[in-house]
Amino acid sequence: MYTLKRLLLGLITIWFIATATFFGMHAVPGDPLTTDKALNPTIRENLEEKYGLDKPLGTQYVIYLQNLVQGDFGISFTQENRQVNDIIAEHFPVSATLGILAIVFSAAGGVLWGALTALYRNRLPDTIIMFLVILGISVPSFVVAAIGQLSLVNLNQTAGTSILPVGGWGTIWHMIVPSMVLGLSTMAYLTRLMRSSMLEIVNADYVRTAKAKGVPAPQIFSRHQLRNAILPVITVLGPQIAIITTGGFVVEIIFAIPGLGRYFVQAVQQLDYTVIMGTTVFYGAFLVFMVILVDLIYGFIDPRVRLE
Amino acid sequence: MSEPRIAPDSEAAYAKSAGRQLLIFGLLVVAAIVALMWVLQALAGMVGGSNANAQAINYADQTITIALAEEPPQLDSTRATDASSGMVLGHLMEGLLRMDLNDRLEPAIAERWELTTTQATFWLRKDAKWSDGRPITAHDFSFAWRTVLDPATASRYSFLLYPIKNGRAINEGKLPPDQLGVSTPDDYTVVVELENPTPFFGKMVTFQTYFPLREDFYRSTNGKYGADADKLLSSGPFVATSWVHGASMYLEKNPHYWDRDRVKLNAINIGYITSDTNATLNFFKDNKIAFTTLSAENLREALEQRWHVKREQDGTVFYLEFNHQPNRLTRNKKLRQAMQLVIDMDELVYKVTKLPGYLPGESLFPVWLMGVNDYFRKEYPAPELKLDQDRARQLLAEAKTELGLERWPELVLLSGDNPLSSIQSEWVQGVLKEKLGLELKIDKQIFKQRLEKMHAGDFDMVLGGWGPDYDDPLTFGDLFASWNVQNRGGYASDELDRLVAIAQSSVDTEERMRAFAGIQQIIFDDVVILPMYERGVTYVVHPDLHNVKRRVIGAAVDYTSAYIDRGS
Repeated sequence: MYTLKRLLLGLITIWFIATATFFGMHAVPGDPLTTDKALNPTIRENLEEKYGLDKPLGTQYVIYLQNLVQGDFGISFTQENRQVNDIIAEHFPVSATLGILAIVFSAAGGVLWGALTALYRNRLPDTIIMFLVILGISVPSFVVAAIGQLSLVNLNQTAGTSILPVGGWGTIWHMIVPSMVLGLSTMAYLTRLMRSSMLEIVNADYVRTAKAKGVPAPQIFSRHQLRNAILPVITVLGPQIAIITTGGFVVEIIFAIPGLGRYFVQAVQQLDYTVIMGTTVFYGAFLVFMVILVDLIYGFIDPRVRLE
Repeated sequence: MSEPRIAPDSEAAYAKSAGRQLLIFGLLVVAAIVALMWVLQALAGMVGGSNANAQAINYADQTITIALAEEPPQLDSTRATDASSGMVLGHLMEGLLRMDLNDRLEPAIAERWELTTTQATFWLRKDAKWSDGRPITAHDFSFAWRTVLDPATASRYSFLLYPIKNGRAINEGKLPPDQLGVSTPDDYTVVVELENPTPFFGKMVTFQTYFPLREDFYRSTNGKYGADADKLLSSGPFVATSWVHGASMYLEKNPHYWDRDRVKLNAINIGYITSDTNATLNFFKDNKIAFTTLSAENLREALEQRWHVKREQDGTVFYLEFNHQPNRLTRNKKLRQAMQLVIDMDELVYKVTKLPGYLPGESLFPVWLMGVNDYFRKEYPAPELKLDQDRARQLLAEAKTELGLERWPELVLLSGDNPLSSIQSEWVQGVLKEKLGLELKIDKQIFKQRLEKMHAGDFDMVLGGWGPDYDDPLTFGDLFASWNVQNRGGYASDELDRLVAIAQSSVDTEERMRAFAGIQQIIFDDVVILPMYERGVTYVVHPDLHNVKRRVIGAAVDYTSAYIDRGS
């Protein structure tokens, strides 16, 4: 029942996202047909008719919703012979692969480093890691990506052979560096979160009780401390997954990876209406789904959250 | 493996135990990630990857790897307008005629042709074949051109076919496509009736919009022609055998191409698609691609590597456009002349932007255009401008009186939001303030918004530019005709319109070039615009790759005649 209610709310959210994007997008000056080279009126009319831009906005909206319900996002304005559905279907798996790997890197790394720093609080490992964390959070991804790629070139040049590819996509070797670059800031963020949440729990009553009644140290650490400290990390993981999967466009451009992020950003710049709508609604639905999923997982880890 | 019981209050022992647990956890994570990556690789194999492991040049296979800046939106020759599509289509397709390595017209699918004031006739060679082995016939051209002009196709470049009789009327939906002035007396003859005399029609048919299209194949793609490798049919040197969108494309030598002996490369592997020139420079350094364009930022690095850096112009002209609408101060000619006399484009190009290959703007007509026998700009040099600050101030004072102004209000300079536009507009702002005491407000807008404001005439001055659509001075010459939609400043001059009409319809090359020279003079005398610069391009080619041709029209980088030679 709870799950059903959440799903219904999710659907309403998606409808709201679609509507807001639709009208927001049309409120922006210009349209997909304005380019550097002005179109002569005849050619413009032909294009407007083809894409239905000659109809009133309200009608366009109704047509759009009808198509959306049937899962049809229409034809792209810039890639005139391609369906937006095809664009999403071909490029999202790439972004998702990159994103999943980045999330695994950052979540595992975050928990590990966070626990480590908490354990070595105010000692050298803690200072070093926390310094790196600040760097990781504050250096923007295009700098990290560029430096990452340059180091690969230097690595290959020093080695005299191709150890890791500098860019492109297709094998596991192509994924390693881009996904680490993509996950870096999230990893840094999660490390901080994990560290503070570990420290909060060190002095919690139940930890002291466990110690008092003589529970073995390994069990206190893993069952009482780690398990409870990980909760806030999981809470932010949902939105972070969405941020990582949608925010990969810089990494995608620098490493020449055919992900969806690139199309998303280009579509906004070129006001490619159908691609903007398609990607926004798709990513919106993805985000909503992730949040619901995290809620369910949360209930699984912390029984108190299970409402019914 | 039983854990020793330790006293819980022993902090050190606790840390040690926890540390060991973390270590185990870490190892597990690494193992899990490796396992995950193998799974993902299997999945990635399904969603498609690039051929990104190849070296820049494969000597054994006579194959090169290159990068593209953008994914071609589609390779449908009836619709393509962008540079990436032009580049790939230039390798896959060939039209009736083509330009040789010295930019002269030569026969291609048509072995000879004849052009009169009223019609053009092309005789096709009988050995020209599509990449599936079937002959290329005259119908493939007439079908292609009718498709381009059909309003339902909504081609942005349909206007390029307006020289054909009834072309415009068909595009406007006033006549059915079968009324197009193209006839095919037999399978190997194309006769084109012209709407007006079009002396440059031979050059027009080299362009992608005039490429052939085979009806049965086009229909079999269900509106997705050119969207994927298997939805393409080649008439030219290469065939696309794979196309992973956004990642890679593989072009193999077309065994059915009539002129296959000309093609030395067995394949062109487009291994990367990225607009980041730093990334492509890295690929080039890593010996992964055989060609890269350089940007101003990474040019120095390229020079440090002692590469042979080449510089050229890409054919585009940039200028300061004035608003000539009645309600604008910039309509005053003396004001424009005053600006013309103080803005030094040499300073802009050589001291401010300092970009390699760029030329200071002197004329609306760029240096590469051909005139009667030589370059147009050699036969008709641009009017010489002598900067004169005193005269400029005098003109400005006169303009002020004519306009009845107490003091000059701020003029609005509309500009793009990219770094180069910002530098340029700030430089113009500084020069006008320093030399004329004029205040300029820079209205910086993102791409679409700037276009919208230009379209609405919401500016006094704007940074504009134009790249050629076809290889004739007319592609620049008609820009400021009163009827041109691109003339957003609304300049109108009967004399200029008259000269454009001559250039459009005269068959006497000399007369046409005189008309363009006249247009060049009016643009200068009337200060319709201020030419700023001709854009340059810098690039490096792998030392073992030869005969790579850069073009202003069509494929910007042309590898069709390129060959690999390790010797030099």
